[in-house]
Amino acid sequence: MYSFYKNINIIGAWLLGFLWSLPLLYAIWSSIHPIEYQVKFDLFAPLTLYNFENAWSQAPFARYMFNTFIYVTMTTSCQFILCSMTAFAFARYEFPFKDILFGLVLIQLMINPEIILIENYKTIKFLNLIDTIPAISLPYIASAFGIFVLRQAFKTVPKELDDSARIDGAGALRILWHVYIPLSIPTFLAYGLVSISYHWNNYLWPLIITNSEETRILNVGLAIFSMEESGIEWATISAGTLMVTAPLIIAFIIFQRQFVESFATSGIK
Amino acid sequence: MITKIKKHIPVILLLSPGFILLLTFVHIPVVKTIYMSFFSTPKGRKPSKFKGIENYEHMFSDPIFWKVMSNNIVYAISTIPSSIIIAIIMAQWVNSKLPGRPLLRFAYFLPVVLPLIAVGNIWLFFFLPGFGLIDQVGSLFGFQNTNILGNPDQVLWGIIVVSIWKESGFYMIFFLAALQGIPREMKEAAIIEGANSWQMFYKITLPMITPTLLFVSVNAVITAFTRIEHLFTMTGGGPNYNSALLLYYIYENGFEFWDTAYAITLSVLLIIILSIIGIGQIFLLDRKVHYQ
Repeated sequence: MYSFYKNINIIGAWLLGFLWSLPLLYAIWSSIHPIEYQVKFDLFAPLTLYNFENAWSQAPFARYMFNTFIYVTMTTSCQFILCSMTAFAFARYEFPFKDILFGLVLIQLMINPEIILIENYKTIKFLNLIDTIPAISLPYIASAFGIFVLRQAFKTVPKELDDSARIDGAGALRILWHVYIPLSIPTFLAYGLVSISYHWNNYLWPLIITNSEETRILNVGLAIFSMEESGIEWATISAGTLMVTAPLIIAFIIFQRQFVESFATSGIK
Repeated sequence: MITKIKKHIPVILLLSPGFILLLTFVHIPVVKTIYMSFFSTPKGRKPSKFKGIENYEHMFSDPIFWKVMSNNIVYAISTIPSSIIIAIIMAQWVNSKLPGRPLLRFAYFLPVVLPLIAVGNIWLFFFLPGFGLIDQVGSLFGFQNTNILGNPDQVLWGIIVVSIWKESGFYMIFFLAALQGIPREMKEAAIIEGANSWQMFYKITLPMITPTLLFVSVNAVITAFTRIEHLFTMTGGGPNYNSALLLYYIYENGFEFWDTAYAITLSVLLIIILSIIGIGQIFLLDRKVHYQ
């Protein structure tokens, strides 16, 4: 009886795993085979790279990839700097209205920039930044989630280290840089992974705020490419989809454990 | 007074960059959104005019608004429980001694890292009438061709399936962490007492993962109202608004119809929904577990 249940579990678990990976498996299948084999699953079907070449030539993916890279790096590094400063103040200083101010930070967990997109669009327009890469980044830089997790990490730094640095006359920023940040590297890594995948996945705000090839990120480029009226072949769209997701998939394969653990830390929000 | 301010100079310097950005992109826009919802859309040289609650009257008399709201509620009610149940089952499997656990965990978690806008393309192909994967497999078993995304009564279910696929793996990792936190002695004691696996789940696992369950539920409600990328590639909210969700309707009014006043009014509603969830979260969840 026991082994019967166990077998049911094994079959169920693997069936679900298969179903869950089916979209990716299918995208791989359709992108490396000629169009005739779209839904003809023949193990000996001829392989081809034609679909990738085709997708690559039909849209400026290299440019999109470059833009995405700039956008993601810019956002994550600015978040690191800004969130550590804010988090440091909340972790190690006493000041009036501290709880209220922290509450004001946490609001951003619920109300992210997309919810108030009209007003944010007006602000970016006022700053004369429409259709620039910084415009995609700006609303996300003061990230409540980042401030929250870094504050947690900074709170665990032994106070004595901090005190001895202060006696030596170091200022706030130097203490932050030389004591707190080096001791919180794992948190920065975890937060960095969550942030990178969030921004690689981001769509609505980048769609609204950019309108040219020079600033468009991969997701927006792919959406425009695949929704073209002319009707692009599925195999080409699959190839494009794989190219867009490949960096994330490769990163996920290499850092699987870190990814899962970092996303788990986002649970404390 | 001055010495008091002087004492806080480091704090002011540390906080100001963050707060300038938060004020610019969160607090002021929220207040302005609420304020502007009482004004009309500026047209050409005509500036916006104070309209009182006219935008809200328009919203409540707009049949598409009610359709979109009811879609969003059906969407939330169907995606949240199913993805949570699947997530718990996944977590149990990944936490047990099944062969190939790392690969299973990889497969379950994969949709979380894939951009929904991109995989929406592949799902679109699965649903394609006649030619798509679902119909191809269905025809092997003698099923009729489907047209799920083209059928007003079925299209929302197509979107729901994709959402469950995307979110379950994300929730799984929280349940996995919770399961791993259950003391081994507790389970062993239950086995000695002769508990079967159902009793074990009901009497031990479920109470132990309740805080996680609440946390995940709150998160899932937020997701149900804010994640809409799959609509762009798969349905565009159609046919005839049968798969449109609230945020999608906001986007459409704001950036396709350029009726910003109406989009802003709809945003106020979304802000209210999210605030209720936020306040509920603070009151419902044990602050110690989740905030400290």
